[in-house]
Amino acid sequence: MSALVKLVNVSKRYADAAALHPTNLSIEHGKTTVLIGPSGCGKSTLLRLIIRLIQPDSGSIMFEGEPITPDNIDMLRRRIGYVIQEGGLFPHLTARSNVVLMARYVGRSQEEMQPRLQELCDLTRFSENLLSRYPVELSGGERQRVSLMRALMLSPELLLLDEPLGALDPLVRASLQKDLKEIFARLQETVVFVTHDLAEAIYFGDEIVLMNEGRVIQKGAVTDLRDNPADPFVSEFINAQRGLVSL
Amino acid sequence: MNRISKAGTEQKGESGNQESRNRNSRIPFLLVSRLPDFLLIFSCLPIFLIHSASAAPVVIGSKKFTESYVIGEIAKRALTDAGLPVEHRQGMGGTIILWQALRGGQIDAYPEYTGTIVREILKSDRPLSLNEIRDSLAKSGVGITEPLGFNNTYALVMRRSEAQRLGVRTISDLQKYPELKIGLTHEFLDRQDGWQPLRQRYTLPQQNVIGIDHALGYSALANGSINIKDAYSTDAKIEQNNLVVLEDDLQFFPKYEAVFLFRLSMPTDAIAVLRRLQGTLDEQRMIRLNAEAERTKNYTRAADSYFEHHAGSASAVGESFSHKLARWTLRHLQLAGFSLLLSVIFGIPLGIVASRGGPVGQGILGFASIVQTIPSLALLALLVPLPFFGISVRTAIAALFLYGLLPIVRNTASGLQDIPRSLRESAIALGLSPMTRLWEIYLPMASRSILSGIKTSAVINIGTATLAALIGAGGLGEPILSGLNLNDHVTILEGAIPAAVLALLVQWFFDLLDRVLIPKGLRL
Ligand SMILES: Nc1ncnc2c1ncn2[C@@H]1O[C@H](COP(=O)(O)OP(=O)(O)OP(=O)(O)O)[C@@H](O)[C@H]1O
Ligand SMILES: [Mg+2]
Repeated sequence: MSALVKLVNVSKRYADAAALHPTNLSIEHGKTTVLIGPSGCGKSTLLRLIIRLIQPDSGSIMFEGEPITPDNIDMLRRRIGYVIQEGGLFPHLTARSNVVLMARYVGRSQEEMQPRLQELCDLTRFSENLLSRYPVELSGGERQRVSLMRALMLSPELLLLDEPLGALDPLVRASLQKDLKEIFARLQETVVFVTHDLAEAIYFGDEIVLMNEGRVIQKGAVTDLRDNPADPFVSEFINAQRGLVSL
Repeated sequence: MNRISKAGTEQKGESGNQESRNRNSRIPFLLVSRLPDFLLIFSCLPIFLIHSASAAPVVIGSKKFTESYVIGEIAKRALTDAGLPVEHRQGMGGTIILWQALRGGQIDAYPEYTGTIVREILKSDRPLSLNEIRDSLAKSGVGITEPLGFNNTYALVMRRSEAQRLGVRTISDLQKYPELKIGLTHEFLDRQDGWQPLRQRYTLPQQNVIGIDHALGYSALANGSINIKDAYSTDAKIEQNNLVVLEDDLQFFPKYEAVFLFRLSMPTDAIAVLRRLQGTLDEQRMIRLNAEAERTKNYTRAADSYFEHHAGSASAVGESFSHKLARWTLRHLQLAGFSLLLSVIFGIPLGIVASRGGPVGQGILGFASIVQTIPSLALLALLVPLPFFGISVRTAIAALFLYGLLPIVRNTASGLQDIPRSLRESAIALGLSPMTRLWEIYLPMASRSILSGIKTSAVINIGTATLAALIGAGGLGEPILSGLNLNDHVTILEGAIPAAVLALLVQWFFDLLDRVLIPKGLRL
């Protein structure tokens, strides 16, 4: 199986500390890779490096074997969907305008966009009646569904989700988890999913990447992490959440 | 003439550019959603911009006091009757401003006094004959008419009844009455050619001499707190208060004979018209016209009465109040509107640059803040000596433009900076180009802040535009200024109330605009 995204010796420092130490990581095609670890360990940093909201200090990031550069990033961004915890919806645009913003920008016609929009509403279980509402008129769960539609609109090859369910109450979260899992299964898409909830990681993850203090500590299936911990931190992290998860 | 016609074409060129800018801007606006529509609306304002003159008119200037206004109006009427296009820039300021405007070609002629020409313009300390004056002025390309007929010099005045009772007719007669109390303006007390040399020349014995404000001095004279005061010899108050001018029997006071100064390059037919006014205005007549102007608060009507008595020409009725109000208001809106348009056109891009911070951003905000701290009067005064500006509408618009800049720059910058990082990053991560991000995402999100900056700017401009009258640019400041000059509250209110109403209307208009231009999603 080939790597869709490959990080080679990628590191990132902020003034006072390293957010990410030199790191090698492959994101496999068609799989859901979950980044997990304590707060501040560098999960978001890693995602933001891939979509190049920040520049790496060293190393390079490959997309389908090609290094990502400032020249090709704008084209690549159209092939990547990105969803953040707060949704990132533009408040001055309706749900519909948010979703089709990029499609309109690349020149899709109304006739092309409409069926896709319907398809996405079905996929994310979002009522079409709500499409004309503004973000402030939607609930948190509905907003995240719209964010997801926006990320999926141009049928991206890679979906980057940074704690997409982090701000939702447990009931909404549970229902969205279920829907998301279905969506991933149907789309057979490459997904990188950030969470700090082990249960969520196990629920979604084909591959789990455990991080701590700017380093990838271990990568593998959850059983690997439980049975062959690469570091005492791995057991510690798993045991801390054990009461909540039945392994 | 060169200069004038050049200014004319320049003006036409400007408004031409304005129109083409409108047309160009309309196209992309319709393509890029509806967001920066407010620019479009503002670009309509210059439609009622400074009307470009057809044939370059003869421009008459006048100084900031009643008599000068009246003579200016007389010249205007005379030129109009002769079929020449003419514009009168009323109350432009003092001698130096008028002289510079004349030399710079912003005006073609204005009424002046020989004494002032000798002392302040030619800076001579000895009296000069009219021929000497004419020769010196010619070197600056300026001509002078013969005297109009009256001498507006300093004079001592007293109540007519008292003068008759004491038998005082000349200043020398005062030697006999050392107990008389004298109240003089501070200026006259301090002047080199004022009180001290006068008292020496006439060996005046009076000890009781006080400094008193000119207007108050008339009241003091009326109620007997003083017996004698200084005045200009054609002051309307002399007749109104039933006073007499004491004859300057030793010819102490220099001659201040009224004349017209004009550019030698002025069309000869216009010069001929001015020359026809020579010798037609004696002191009695000037006093009466001044009194009429102050009584009716209408310079045009006072000037018209000159023609009624003189040539018996058809009596042109003075401009009606509603017509004047419309003219002032329109000019006021032109000044405020055009300067606001400039502030928007420059302020928003500057605000965008400033929002990125760094030394450039700091510099822009710093500059705009400093401009704002300069008192408006001082800003006008600073711009007037600059070559391109001078005494013109341009200067008023430039000053208003600079004033309007800060609120727009600051609100644009802060509106953009207040956009949460997560939303900026979402726009980037989607793959939108920087321009699209700015137009489709950032500016609409900052629109509330930007619009409120423009609103602040507009209201400030409406208020500050009243000062434009100081440099003859007109607007609602015109009645305020003449009211101040005439000490007439009604005339002041004729300008002040419409200006206040205008500011309220502008505020209301922008509140309405908010509803149209701020995207609905930001108003919920
Ligand atoms: N702009 C920044 N300037 C300075 N330090 C930063 C910046 N962004 C992130 N950091 C630091 O980099 C480290 C990694 O941050 P990152 O956002 O990747 O953490 P995270 O794993 O996503 O945490 P969380 O689960 O809380 O979201 C943290 O220590 C953070 O303080
Ligand atoms: Mg994070």
